[in-house]
Amino acid sequence: MKLKDAFFPWFGLDIGGTLVKLVYFEPKDITAEEEEEEVESLKSIRKYLTSNVAYGSTGIRDVHLELKDLTLCGRKGNLHFIRFPTHDMPAFIQMGRDKNFSSLHTVFCATGGGAYKFEQDFLTIGDLQLCKLDELDCLIKGILYIDSVGFNGRSQCYYFENPADCEKCQKLPFDLKNPYPLLLVNIGSGVSILAVYSKDNYKRVTGTSLGGGTFFGLCCLLTGCTTFEEALEMASRGDSTKVDKLVRDIYGGDYERFGLPGWAVASSFGNMMSKEKREAVSKEDLARATLITITNNIGSIARMCALNENINQVVFVGNFLRINTIAMRLLAYALDYWSKGQLKALFSEHEVSGVISCDMLTFIKGMLFTLC
Amino acid sequence: MAECGASGSGSSGDSLDKSITLPPDEIFRNLENAKRFAIDIGGSLTKLAYYSTVQHKVAKVRSFDHSGKDTEQDHEPPYEISVQEEVTARLHFVKFENTYIEACLDFIKDHLVNTETKVIQATGGGAYKFKDLIEEKLQLKVDKEDVMTCLIKGCNFVLKNIPHEAFVYQKDSDPEFRFQTNHPNIFPYLLVNIGSGVSIVKVETEDRFEWIGGSSIGGGTFWGLGALLTKTKKFDELLQLASRGQHTNVDMLVQDIYGGAHETLGLSGNLIASSFGKSATADQEFSKEDMAKSLLHMISNDIGQLACLYARLHCLDRVYFGGFFIRGHPVTMRTITYSINFFSKGEVQALFLRHEGYLGAIGAFLKGAEQDNPNQYSWGENYAGSSGLMSSSPELCPTQRARSGTFDLLEMDRLERPLVNLPLLLDPSSYVPDTVDLTDDALARKYWLTCFEEALDGVVKRAVASQPGSVDAAERAEKFRQKYWNKLQTLRHQPFAYGTLTVRSLLDTREHCLNEFNFPDPYSKVKQKDNGVALKCFQRVVSALDALDWEERQLALVKGLLAGNVFDWGAKAVSDVLESDPQFGFEEAKKKLQDNSGVDVILGVFPFVRELLSRGTEVILACNSGPALNDVTYSESLIVAERIAAMDPVIHSALREERLLLVQTGSSSPCLDLSRLDKGLAVLVRERGADLVVIEGMGRAVHTNYHAALCCESLKLAVIKNSWLAERLGGQLFSVIFKYEVPAE
Repeated sequence: MKLKDAFFPWFGLDIGGTLVKLVYFEPKDITAEEEEEEVESLKSIRKYLTSNVAYGSTGIRDVHLELKDLTLCGRKGNLHFIRFPTHDMPAFIQMGRDKNFSSLHTVFCATGGGAYKFEQDFLTIGDLQLCKLDELDCLIKGILYIDSVGFNGRSQCYYFENPADCEKCQKLPFDLKNPYPLLLVNIGSGVSILAVYSKDNYKRVTGTSLGGGTFFGLCCLLTGCTTFEEALEMASRGDSTKVDKLVRDIYGGDYERFGLPGWAVASSFGNMMSKEKREAVSKEDLARATLITITNNIGSIARMCALNENINQVVFVGNFLRINTIAMRLLAYALDYWSKGQLKALFSEHEVSGVISCDMLTFIKGMLFTLC
Repeated sequence: MAECGASGSGSSGDSLDKSITLPPDEIFRNLENAKRFAIDIGGSLTKLAYYSTVQHKVAKVRSFDHSGKDTEQDHEPPYEISVQEEVTARLHFVKFENTYIEACLDFIKDHLVNTETKVIQATGGGAYKFKDLIEEKLQLKVDKEDVMTCLIKGCNFVLKNIPHEAFVYQKDSDPEFRFQTNHPNIFPYLLVNIGSGVSIVKVETEDRFEWIGGSSIGGGTFWGLGALLTKTKKFDELLQLASRGQHTNVDMLVQDIYGGAHETLGLSGNLIASSFGKSATADQEFSKEDMAKSLLHMISNDIGQLACLYARLHCLDRVYFGGFFIRGHPVTMRTITYSINFFSKGEVQALFLRHEGYLGAIGAFLKGAEQDNPNQYSWGENYAGSSGLMSSSPELCPTQRARSGTFDLLEMDRLERPLVNLPLLLDPSSYVPDTVDLTDDALARKYWLTCFEEALDGVVKRAVASQPGSVDAAERAEKFRQKYWNKLQTLRHQPFAYGTLTVRSLLDTREHCLNEFNFPDPYSKVKQKDNGVALKCFQRVVSALDALDWEERQLALVKGLLAGNVFDWGAKAVSDVLESDPQFGFEEAKKKLQDNSGVDVILGVFPFVRELLSRGTEVILACNSGPALNDVTYSESLIVAERIAAMDPVIHSALREERLLLVQTGSSSPCLDLSRLDKGLAVLVRERGADLVVIEGMGRAVHTNYHAALCCESLKLAVIKNSWLAERLGGQLFSVIFKYEVPAE
């Protein structure tokens, strides 16, 4: 099934372990004739989605990510990005049933593990047939697509210069004109690492279970926070060196025998072995340490994979990096430092209204049917 | 493992326990001769190392001075035996909890006699913390040594000197430990040390190693994060929590994301997609056990993954894991092994070390003892003085749960001569000396342990009888009995305690225990008498052989070799007959083998050697360096050869012309490990271009080396003197093994 043969509405769903990413194409070139033919339910869907920024208590539309005046399969329109927690999937399916989506003869293109998990529910409850798409295929095509269209006329890829220095650190655009080979590190709840050699030639190198879900999960347990945003906000105010044991805490300075700098973390949460130090840390410190631990580890594994695969550009994507400057700068710095400048960490985000914002590639996965 | 006198197990934290009394005959032995101290103080355990000299009684044989009167009287023994004191070098390693450090230092101070010692080498994270205490208590200057350097030095040392040092961990198999035969070349390897953080070091040679990477997610993360999540303060308790938990309640698995569809997609549903992923999605309570388990998996998997990535990048397949995170904990060995298997798809093997906890102390000691050149010698684990590997798995060994308050010991004896591989081994890296692995074979293990238990009374009796003039022989023999009995009981429960359990290791342990209580050679008198009798028969036997035609003679010679082999006090079936009927001898042995003559070396081996010499073959006759049962020793063989040479011109000229060479094997065991032979023998084998190896006796040719593949012709000869073994091999008691092998082209 190809999108251009499908009826509106055009939806893409990426159902991950934690978040569902919904992409909606809002046609802007509807002719009067079409408008007349358009059934009421379709109209109300369009209106509901485009006139709201929040849906229910957990659904959010990332307005700043909206891609405007896009041409997709011969149609002009805007692309909207909506996310909600995976545990609200049953409610979403129920809504599809209530709004009688099945009467629209549309296709729900879906990817992510949840495309499999919820396939039966879509069918039996919503009378909707999912068109499942391979997750990794979608991811690769997504990054190439978004790079080709750019972000509302601006460059897609960028890197950090002087990531360790708060004042000198700056984001610079990176022209991914020679994208191959590249190592693609997708940080969702867990982490997948792909080596991409061409549009159709890629392999999954490895993955780790220490991902965004681990950061948020541990933060919930350690600090009692309830949202990812809250966890990140706490982390931004914390001091991880109270929690972690640094090389200098053990050796008084650098460990010269092995060329380890004193500031390097020797043992994540290592100070928490001591009762006194456990009592002296704040929730913010713990959130920060969790963030640093997970991020450093991803950087370390990515670096080793890049070395083993002989690839020197590493693109980090995924929801973990959404509004997560600390992690991105740390990844940039760690990769540069430990590879002695041989590896470059690239990101695919945009700065909108002064906030480093979300990576949209994971959303894009869901709309990749457009390129089928 | 020695328990402390007073219980200190209730103590916690860093407070020092001063109330204990130490049993001095068990721990810190030979302090009066101690020198060169080294100490490794970790987060919770202290390891102390020192070098001592041990006085041993040894039975020396010496020819009588026959000058003037060459007449032999019938009752005169062929040579004299004298018990002498011999000094050997020993390394002592003692491991105890940091809480006992002050008590231990006091104890050492009180018992230390040697005042030449001025410094103590110190390593480990705690070396700094306890520096002042050590200097004050011992009046020794603390010399700090680099932690990793010590660790690697220690690792090289144990890999070279302790057979079966490394093992793989296999969960759900009994026992869980599978020991590796030592690779002739231990380099290169990867050492992953999991302390509070993780260090990954590539070791290329004795002196060259490189820190190639590390990770901050290590034992400290498990402990620190675990303490925060579960409010459980102690590392061991956290591990126990983890061993009871269900990580699937906390982790997001592949099946949680894919539903049931993972099967059709060929995904393993149980794989962890996101560690702690479930604690992110619901505000429910999680059990301490489940969180600890999830944390353990998270950290183990991460370390295993990084280790595999580094191993792959550096093309290494041997990865040793150490550090307090591992330290004999079955739970962590299990998860690390799982992770390595998963991430390397079987290409990399996770290896653990029996003496992992001692590496730092050994290395620090070696740094300090460089002027004694400890690396020039071969060393051997003393089974009598070492505690062995204990399972700390609560299910496996409930008594081990209270590990605090216990001391763990390792003792290593310096061997007089360096040991090397027999150059004729077909493949030294795959050579396994022992025929039956008793760690593996529970039935065989039960049989042999019982066998050695039942034979213990006889050994004790013989030990006492061997020292008729000694007033305390009975008392020492009783102590020997207790010690060896305890070792056998330990091995029943923990057959992996000293590496792969074999008949050889059981025999060697017995020899070590006998030596410990100054019974160096309980059979010396028996051998003396037997040799005297046999020498008298030598000429008669040789002329009888010479009278036979060539083919008959060859058969008779082989039977002679085998008949001599029946006289073995070690085999219970034989010693029963010998004890009950003192007249049993030559004629009876002959009957068991239809017809034959000879006693062991003199009437079996020497006529055979003589025949070889007569046909122009050069012979290297290798005998044990030290005594073991009634096997002839090198020094006895010299005297015997001298006596035979006096009456036989063939042997006489062969010795003079160096066509017959007597050498020592380097072994003091009834069995033989061809990968640990005297260097002199190996050199000779190579120089003379030996092209036939004859291995004789049940210990050397059946219990060991039965399957040994050599790159030259070989002949393995023995009489099966054990009915169980005979049955195992598909024959009857007193069946003959005559295995002639030609290597494949």
